[in-house]
Parts: sequence; C-alpha cells; structure tokens
Amino acid sequence: MDVTIKITDREGALHEVQAPTDMNMNIMELVRAYELAPEGTIGVCGGMAMCASCQCYVLNDVALPEMGDDEEAMLSEAFFVKSNSRLGCQIHITEELNGLEIELAPEY
Amino acid sequence: MIETDILIIGAGPTGLFTVFEAGLLKLKCHIIDALPQPGGQLSELYPKKPIFDIPGYPSVLAGDLVDNLMEQIKQFQPGFTLNEKAETIEKQEDGSFIVTTDKGTAHHCKAVAIAGGLGSFEPRKPLIEDIEFYEDKGVEYFVKDPELFRDKRIVIAGGGDSALDWSIFLSNVASEVTLIHRRNEFRGALDSVEKVQELKHAGKIRLITPAEVTGLNGAEHLESIDIDENGAHRNIKTDYFIPLFGLSPKLGAIANWGLEIEKNAIKVDNSLDYQTNIEGIYAIGDVNTYPGKLKLILCGFHEATLMCQSVYNKLNPGKKYVLKYTTVSGVDGFDGTRKEAEKAVVKSID
Repeated sequence: MDVTIKITDREGALHEVQAPTDMNMNIMELVRAYELAPEGTIGVCGGMAMCASCQCYVLNDVALPEMGDDEEAMLSEAFFVKSNSRLGCQIHITEELNGLEIELAPEY
Repeated sequence: MIETDILIIGAGPTGLFTVFEAGLLKLKCHIIDALPQPGGQLSELYPKKPIFDIPGYPSVLAGDLVDNLMEQIKQFQPGFTLNEKAETIEKQEDGSFIVTTDKGTAHHCKAVAIAGGLGSFEPRKPLIEDIEFYEDKGVEYFVKDPELFRDKRIVIAGGGDSALDWSIFLSNVASEVTLIHRRNEFRGALDSVEKVQELKHAGKIRLITPAEVTGLNGAEHLESIDIDENGAHRNIKTDYFIPLFGLSPKLGAIANWGLEIEKNAIKVDNSLDYQTNIEGIYAIGDVNTYPGKLKLILCGFHEATLMCQSVYNKLNPGKKYVLKYTTVSGVDGFDGTRKEAEKAVVKSID
C-alpha cells in the first residue's frame, strides 16, 4: 500500500507524493526518488544519521517513530535546527505516515 | 614535479583499487586526497560500520576494507599526496596533464582518474557572525599542527569523536582547554568520553554544556567568545576557537575544469571507458553519472577496471594485449615481489 506525503522543497514548492510502504524506504530516500532536492545535497552519508543533510521540519501531528540516540546526537550538531526537526533518513515509511507533511531544511 | 602514469584524485575504495588494476597493466599510480589518511568516506565517516554488499565478504568493516585495499595495492607502490586538494589542471601539448594542488604540489601524468566520491571533505562551519574574518586569526577548523596551541587558551566546540579526542590531546599542550557542546551527551568512543570526564575532574578540561558559541570578539585576532549557556550569556577569554562539527563533501575546484557536470556529478561515457568530455580525464565511482548509474563500491571497482584497460590501450597504441587472469599469471609487484598460485602436483600413484 502507498501512503501520501506532502513535501515542501527547499525552494518552497509543495509536492504531494505517493510513498511505498513495502520497500524499506525512508523519507530521505523518498525525496531522492522524486528528485525533490539535487543529488549530492541530501543523503550525503547514505542514511546513517551522520550528516544531517536530510534534516526536515515536521509540519503536522502524525505519529512518527521515536528519535534514536544517533539522530538526537546528529541534530544537536546540525544547523538550522528547530523543535520540529527530524532526520528524514531515520523516518521509515509505514502506513502510519499517511498524510504526513514535512518541509526540507536549508542546505548546509 | 611528481611523475606518474595515472593520477588518481580521491583515495576512497575506488581510487585505491584503481592502483591494483593499473598495476596489473604495469601502469604506475599516484593518489591525491584532501584528507590526511586514505579511505575517503569509509575512514572519515564510518570506519566501524559493516558493509554487506562487497562480493565475497558477507560483512566487512569499512575501515578493514580500506586496510585490505591498502595491503592489496602495496606491491604497486602508489605515491600519495595527502591533505591537499587538486586545484588546477593543465593539458600539455603531448596530451599529458599537470595537476597542481592547493599547496602547490605539481603532478605530471599521462591520464587523470577522478575518483572523488562526493567531493573533498570540507569543515562544516558554524553559523556565527564574522567567523570568516577570524579564520587563521584564532579560528581553526582542523588541528593540523598541535604546536600552534602550545601554552595558549583554546575553546573546542562539538560533541563527536574529533572534539573529544582533540580536547584530550590538547589538554597536555594548551594552557587551558574548554570544551563546549550543545547537550550534555557526547557521541564518541566510550573510552574518549570517560577520559574527558576524568580530565574534567582533574581540572585539565573545562566542560561547558549545554551551551553554544554565539559570537566572536577581538580587533586583530580572536580575544574572546560569547556563549549561550542554557539561556544565560557568558564571555570567555580565549586565544583560539576550534569548531569541530564534522566535514561535508564539496566538488570544489574540479567543478571548474571544463567537465560536463550533471546532478552534481561528472558525466562520463559508460558504453566504453568512463571517460569524461575531456580526452584523458576519466571519472569513476560515486563522482560520475551516466544512465543507470548506481553509487556502489562494487560498481566503482568495475568502472576502475575498465578505465585502466582504456588508459593502457591509449598509451600503447598498436601493442597487442589480452586480459590476463591473476590465477594464471600471478601478480608481479613493482617492489620485486611475485605472487602466484602454487603449481599442481603431477605425480603417479604407485
């Protein structure tokens, strides 16, 4: 089953995309799959919570997986961090994510 | 001037394996890398992470893969220019190239293989006003020479291994070490965290957490920094500020070499040999792009192999050559060593 996720890119454009729940994908990979951010500017570390290039702001109240130690540590060293910041690579796409709205943090 | 056959830019796995494949064809290699050690991302970002898709290795730690590649290429005696970035390239009349680094080291080669991954690693600079003004005047993003900090007051910011390790090391060099981090928890090797704890109790490291550096002051050179400690403002006198917030890759000067760039990667001819739009310059591994490209180490190895054959054929036009198997021909190192399979025993049984 696919879920619908709304993503505001770094230029401010809103994209409503369909995300598969059966491919072990995460939000960072979804952004790359739809080419919503230039290659090389997102998912630099490949998804190991080591670079924060996939930082995004969560805009609505959808139950998300809890933040792990790695993610928390990386966000504590990242820039442009807000209280609703998450790392896209640490959010796996599941049915619970249907309707999620996020905005990509600025490139750094 | 350093002379070589193939100049490889980038000492990641693809660049390292290129030395082996080139060596089988008797081509000599020299590698430039911006980092002080070989291995690229594998050494810099995730040396302790297992990789599961290297053929023949059900699991291998990234750092071990780099060690193994270094061992494998040792016999071909590659040269290294580390801690320097390839900056300019000049094509010579005879088709060879001169590549010069940011520190002025010149390399003369017959072919260039860009194996730069996502680019050269550059420090992530904190968003503090005027930080660029203080660069080389009290702000340092790397500890290149610890002696610079001898008997000086230093402030290190960051919460990872480099912040911890340099705080420990410099506590014996600097007159005063302050470590500042945005939270109380550090992400680093357990023994480093414990060592910092010990040095804190011994009064050799001043730890300020959770806190953030918000401003830099000084007329000609850094004199003090402003910090926000849990909402309270504080000013600390210091000679040096060393922010260690990790590194991020940038394509850098290579982007201005006249190569065709698409999606932050270098376009190559994948139907043949991964050559770029400039004859004699190849791009292999994560740095290139072509229809169907996959950024995988194993694909980089394949690309490196085809590229070396192409370089050989171009440098030796008309010279007949067929692909050899190491199981059959063995490996003759440039260091005089020879590796080969043991001959089968042919003997009658009485």
